[in-house]
Amino acid sequence: MADDLNKLGESLKQLLADKVVSLESRLGELTLVVSAEGMLEVFQRLRDDEHLRYDQLVDLCGMDYSAYGSVTSEDGRYLRDEEGVNPHSQRFAVVYHLLSVARNSRLRVRVYAQDDAAPMLDSVQGIWSAANWFEREAFDMYGIVFLGHPDLRRLLTDYGFVGNPFRKDFPLSGNVEMHYDPELKRVVYAPVTVEPREITPRVIREENYSRR
Amino acid sequence: MAEIKNYTMNFGPQHPAAHGVLRLVLELDGEVVERADPHIGLLHRGTEKLAEHKTFLQSVPYMDRLDYVSMMCNEHAYVMAIEKLAGIEVPLRAQYIRVMFDEITRILNHLLWLGASGIDLGAMTMFFYTFREREDLLDVYEAVSGARMHAAYYRPGGVYRDLPDSMAQYAPSKYHNESAVKRMNENRQGSLLDFLEDFCNRFPACVDEYETLLTDNRIWKQRTVGIGVVTPERALAMGFTGPMLRGSGVEWDLRKKQPYEVYDRVDFDIAVGVEGDCYDRYLVRVEEMRQSNRIIKQCIDWLRKNPGPVITENHKFAPPKREAMKQDMEELIHHFKLFTEGFHVPAGEVYSAVEHPKGEFGIYLVSDGANKPYRMKIRAPGFPHLASLNEMTRGHMLADVVAIIGTQDIVFGEIDR
Repeated sequence: MADDLNKLGESLKQLLADKVVSLESRLGELTLVVSAEGMLEVFQRLRDDEHLRYDQLVDLCGMDYSAYGSVTSEDGRYLRDEEGVNPHSQRFAVVYHLLSVARNSRLRVRVYAQDDAAPMLDSVQGIWSAANWFEREAFDMYGIVFLGHPDLRRLLTDYGFVGNPFRKDFPLSGNVEMHYDPELKRVVYAPVTVEPREITPRVIREENYSRR
Repeated sequence: MAEIKNYTMNFGPQHPAAHGVLRLVLELDGEVVERADPHIGLLHRGTEKLAEHKTFLQSVPYMDRLDYVSMMCNEHAYVMAIEKLAGIEVPLRAQYIRVMFDEITRILNHLLWLGASGIDLGAMTMFFYTFREREDLLDVYEAVSGARMHAAYYRPGGVYRDLPDSMAQYAPSKYHNESAVKRMNENRQGSLLDFLEDFCNRFPACVDEYETLLTDNRIWKQRTVGIGVVTPERALAMGFTGPMLRGSGVEWDLRKKQPYEVYDRVDFDIAVGVEGDCYDRYLVRVEEMRQSNRIIKQCIDWLRKNPGPVITENHKFAPPKREAMKQDMEELIHHFKLFTEGFHVPAGEVYSAVEHPKGEFGIYLVSDGANKPYRMKIRAPGFPHLASLNEMTRGHMLADVVAIIGTQDIVFGEIDR
């Protein structure tokens, strides 16, 4: 198994050469990081190359690394520890999980979006049809725009929803709440009245804290 | 000639055949579907966001509520992800118990699917037949966890407790007198394994019964054969997994191809379809029930012979015994830390997937070393299946939309998350 991963890693490095930013093997899983420019070419090759043949996109998810390694205050806000280092270069990324049914092998690919204020990446919908809804979900939850997506609409949130709920600066309780107004005879929105609170604070212990 | 215009129709979200809260905007040309646009998210609870604000252990019950007809399989993927990232060893007995309950869950799921999609297509009787057997399996759930559905039975490092030695008994009431209750309690005299073994012996005949009702039924065949055909190439491209993929003739089952727990020690076969239509997917699911029954039997045999611990001895992740906690200061501290701050999972990322009754259910877990996950992405099998609805229904009649929604085995708990 480990041998297979090493071999796969080598052939990935050879085939993709200058496109690979980093390649890591941990816990029996390979993580490939590629740059946003030319990502489509990489994915096309991952699917079509006869030694790789990643014929299925199992999962695609957005990531917001802005609070990585930080603890929370009592009202649930993230507090950045001055000494804590964030190993991620950009705030937003998209993580693709690929599966090769033909070769029985998995691969994780991460692509960072260059601009933190307006994250944009190419859509892989043309390579794997499955990306359609996954990208809509990432757009909805993180506000990552997928260039070339044929139908980039919100997917899971309410009609007329404002904001990107899975971003780390979006409060858990949300910004608005709704109730039925008997006078107006319709559902109305109002600013949320729930007090934000964190029952169990988020803490990070020194390394090997939970090891015997 | 009269001018003919396309017709847009709203299907759901309050429609019994929508299997939950699916709102479907259908563009129809007469009775033929031109375009189907599913609007989802009416059951969105933000499970992934909630998990970021809960300790690792507190999220286990949330997993039951994702796909609420196959509860324990969801928990399984989640606890496996934690175990992989934290490097927790699971005792063998716990692995067998998990495999057994995964297969019980698979039968539960397929029974509900068979009953519900039977009703969708006019086979009313199916529902009564399948729910009769479901009741026994839900009793097994209850015996082991105390809850009929939302079990929260799996734990990182094993399962919450060992299998009970006795089953709950019926008591006489104004509906059932003494002799009726005696008859109902006949197979509940022994342990849970005895009850389950009795079920496994009865169950193949029950599946035969379902098949006599449907497999050669002319109406059932007219409604399913040649409906919603998906080629193997398209099935892969659209991200199909589980019975949806196998129905299209791709031999892919994580239990065989990437075995987890003790699936490499039990004997079973994968059912594969040929045509990729609704009828083949029905046959695949029925055969899976028979195979699950086989696996459960093998697990019962093993579990009878091999007593042992069912949760890891590492008290950094699993609580110590109550007795030890009362005697030992260190164990008391372990217990206190576990249930206040929770355990810490080393920084890293992991993807763990199980062969869920509906397909590949995966958890992508990212930890930055805290007592809560940094990000947890749930890969729900139903999500890409429903995404393909537009392609699967195009050119079919309106009534076939119901058959196709039924064959996708959709549950909104997991799709909307």
